[in-house]
Order: sequence, then C-alpha cells, then structure tokens
Amino acid sequence: MASPGDIAGEGWPLYEVFVRANRGLSHVHVGSLHAPDDDMALRNARDLYTRRNEGVSVWVVRSSAITTSDPDQKGAFFESPAGKNYRHAKYYEKSAEVPHL
Amino acid sequence: MNAPQPPATGRDAAAVNAAYEAEAAEAHGDVTVDELDLAAELSGVPSARATDDVAEYALRLGDDALILSQRLGWWISRAPELEEDMALGNIALDLLGHARSLLHYAGTASDRSEDDLAYWRDEHEFRCAWLFQQPNGDFAHTIVRGLIAAIWMQELHTALSTSTDASLAAIAAKSVKEVAYHRDHAVQWTLRLAGGTDESRERLLVALTDTWVYIDELFRDDELHERLEGIVPRPSSLRAGFDEVWDAVLAEAEITPADFVDKKIGASSGGGRFGNHSTHLGPLLAEMQVLARRHPGASW
Repeated sequence: MASPGDIAGEGWPLYEVFVRANRGLSHVHVGSLHAPDDDMALRNARDLYTRRNEGVSVWVVRSSAITTSDPDQKGAFFESPAGKNYRHAKYYEKSAEVPHL
Repeated sequence: MNAPQPPATGRDAAAVNAAYEAEAAEAHGDVTVDELDLAAELSGVPSARATDDVAEYALRLGDDALILSQRLGWWISRAPELEEDMALGNIALDLLGHARSLLHYAGTASDRSEDDLAYWRDEHEFRCAWLFQQPNGDFAHTIVRGLIAAIWMQELHTALSTSTDASLAAIAAKSVKEVAYHRDHAVQWTLRLAGGTDESRERLLVALTDTWVYIDELFRDDELHERLEGIVPRPSSLRAGFDEVWDAVLAEAEITPADFVDKKIGASSGGGRFGNHSTHLGPLLAEMQVLARRHPGASW
C-alpha cells in the first residue's frame, strides 16, 4: 500500500470524526479532516472539534472504511415502504383470546 | 381557535426589533463577550502583588511563552496541512495565555499591564532564553524546538505548581495540562519525521544539530534563583527529569546523541535571562510591536 507522499500531489487521507457530547449519548458525526495516520487523526480531531468542551469521547475512522448509501438512489433505498401499509402491524385486529400480545 | 394574527408591520416590527436588541444587549450588560472571556482567562490570584524578584522570574517565563507564541503564529496558513495550521495555532494560543498570566503578574510589581510589558519594552529588556527566539526553520526545526520547550515547560510547571507563591502555583497548575498536550504533539511528529522518509529523518537530524545547543541555558542557575530559594525550583534541579523524557523520545526515534551532538562545537552560552539576545529577537519584536507603537492606545 502506498503511503502519503509516495505519489506526487497526494495529500493525507480523509477521516470522519464522531464526538460524544455526554455520557449516555451516542457519538455524532461532526465533520471530517485529513491526517497522516489514525493517531494523528485523533489529535487533529481534538484540535479541530473539541476545543470548547464539546465532548467526553472522540472516534475517528478513515472515510474509505465507511460504505454509504448512494444519495442518487434515495428513492429506491428509503421510499419502498410507501403504499405497503400491511408492513405496519397496527392495521391488524388484536385477537381477544391473546390478552398479552 | 384563535384568529390568524396580522403580520407585524411598521411600528410593530420596529418594537419587536427593539425588544430583541434590548434582550441581546442584556445578556452581557455593557461588557462584550471578548472582555468577559479575556478577564476569565487570566489565571493566578486576583489582586496579588509580586515582589521584585518574583516579578523578574515571572517575566522570564512570560517572555519565553510570548516569544515562542509569536514564532508559532507565523505558521498559520503556512503549515503542511490545514490541520497542522490549527494544531500549531492552538499551541500558540495556549502559550499566549500563559504569557498573559505571567506578564500580568510580573507587571503588578511595577504597575504595568501585560500589554505594557509585551509591547513597550525594548530588546535588551526581554528575558527569554535563546531557544524560544530561534527562527522557525523548516517544519522539523519547529518540531524540535517545540519538543525541547514542551519537555522543559512540563518539568518546570509541575515543580512550580507546588510553589509557596500562590499566583505562580495557580498559573503553573493551569499551564501544565496544556503543556502536556504540546509535548505529545511534538513527540508524535518527532517519531514520524524520524521514521518517515530518508529526507524527513535527515531534516530532523539537521534540526537537532541546530537546536540542541540551546538546551543548557534553560537549566542554568543564577543569583535570582538563590534569592527565590524555596519559592521556585532551581533550573538545574529540572535537568534529570528533562533528560529522562528527552532520552526516551530519542531512543524511540532510534536516534543517538552522537547523530547530532558531535556535529557542533558545544552548547550556546545564551544570555537571554540577562537581556543579551541572539540576532533573531530584534526583527521578531519589530514585527510584534509595530502596531502598538505606531498607534499608542489603540484597542482591537
């Protein structure tokens, strides 16, 4: 695998940053940054995103390690339940003989 | 059900705006947010007055932090990557905060403000060691200078945080956490430059050769420390702790002192503590002080 700098004009790889604001909350995506490696990405994230007491924990992950849905395929991906009311259980009559369903 | 309200027009809209502005102004009274934050940033004991000797000592440390901060500010927009701009800029801001607290305290002995001390002293009145005034050089030079400074400052502020002088102790206790992060930043980059390409390692060794000569001055005792015995640590007493960290970092980077120490004649004699400076300080001060001196009393 090529390291940053091996190819002329190539920059550092992109990372995505997730910050947990408080105990009990989940990590939330706050932005992205470039860093030469994982350890430096964490430090850069601290400098860029947590300088004002924003968080108690930070995750960084290489953007290339994330597989995303295609924004252009939003319709096919997220709207398929439309017109399929039978997927929602509330349309079924509850059976009187099964009280604890 | 309520009837729909007509849109606010004319006088109504003006009243709404006025009420909004009044509320916005109310939040901080007559004081701006900047002033609120700046006052809170000064650490130390309010209304404490330094003795002449303590003021001289605080001046030395304050000048170290101020001059290094000014040097690091140069990197903003020039670092290898945007993220490194931010990292070096953040370190510069931390150091500026240390300088403000220390110079504020130093100024209490002579009724001068931190701005008076930063902008209205001439070169021979500054007390910073030579390490801090060295030019930025390439990135490796900046990292090596930062590494030496941060290891030394962490040893110093750790010792100073138990000082019997409450103001010095409070300033040191706040600074030591920030300096620990500066040290980590410098260590991480030292290891990466050492273990990166042939060129990055060679440049790191050149930077070590050029910079190690300024280490000794930081650990030199003088009469001021004798007079402040029991209040501040003797510089020489910090050397063992510094060497332990310094040697460990070099060992992890697989560098031996022979790789750089033997290439120069010996340590610099320094003299910064007594106002004798390298040729690099003058131009730095000229740039730092020009605005304040060209427009006396200006605020920004």
